[in-house]
Amino acid sequence: MRITCPHCGERDRREFYYRGAAVDLDRPAPDAGAEAWDNFVYLRENPAGVTRELWYHEGGCGAWIVVTRNTVTHEIQGSQLASEVNA
Amino acid sequence: MDNLIAKSPCDGLLPLTVGTVTLSEEDAGEVHSLAPFKGQDKALSEAMKTAHGMAFPAANRATGKAGARAVWFGPAQAMLMGPAPDAALADHAAIVDQSDAWAIVRLEGDAAEAVLARLVPLDLRVAQFKRGHTARSLLFHMTASITRVGENAFQIMVFRSMAESLVHDLKRAMEGVAARG
Repeated sequence: MRITCPHCGERDRREFYYRGAAVDLDRPAPDAGAEAWDNFVYLRENPAGVTRELWYHEGGCGAWIVVTRNTVTHEIQGSQLASEVNA
Repeated sequence: MDNLIAKSPCDGLLPLTVGTVTLSEEDAGEVHSLAPFKGQDKALSEAMKTAHGMAFPAANRATGKAGARAVWFGPAQAMLMGPAPDAALADHAAIVDQSDAWAIVRLEGDAAEAVLARLVPLDLRVAQFKRGHTARSLLFHMTASITRVGENAFQIMVFRSMAESLVHDLKRAMEGVAARG
């Protein structure tokens, strides 16, 4: 599997650390309520298809990257710096 | 009190020649990380040009030359290697002395590319990776900074604590390449 780092270009998957679904970028407000926080902390989608994930380029430049990936075909459809997603 | 003797990271390990490839320790002088403050990229680059004769490097590139080099090290970070940073740079960037933090070696020889091909998951052949190109990547299991500094020469940096592993892994790869003739 190859992942494109916005800084470094296309790199081998072993340079990256997998964090999980990119929900971390949509953190609820502190007073959003128990249900919103329960969803944020515990509930994850398990899609057969397109998913957005956070990866860390630990064996490279150290950037956090949002990778759009298809779990069925393993196709990597795009990647973007996490710092620019919520900018 | 006893006099303490400063030792370089690869003291007692290098130099080493196997076949056509030589691995030696690089005395890079002082090493400082430069991290430009928000919006100060251009000002920092100008200050570096004035003080040290080289610009702040673009991503995956190194500027300067032997003895005074700036190597891209990540988003908004570069290593100034050689001179002590001019005081004017501190107006535009966070500067940290990392001189003793890195093991810095030079891999040189006709088969240097073949040696690195065994350890690094990148195409480092000259058509893709020219002089002045740099990359943060893995060398076997270590995070490393790899820069082409000559036609057949690479500068490799890993954390100082990894010096012995670095030399061991490179030596094994050099022996493997040499054995194939």
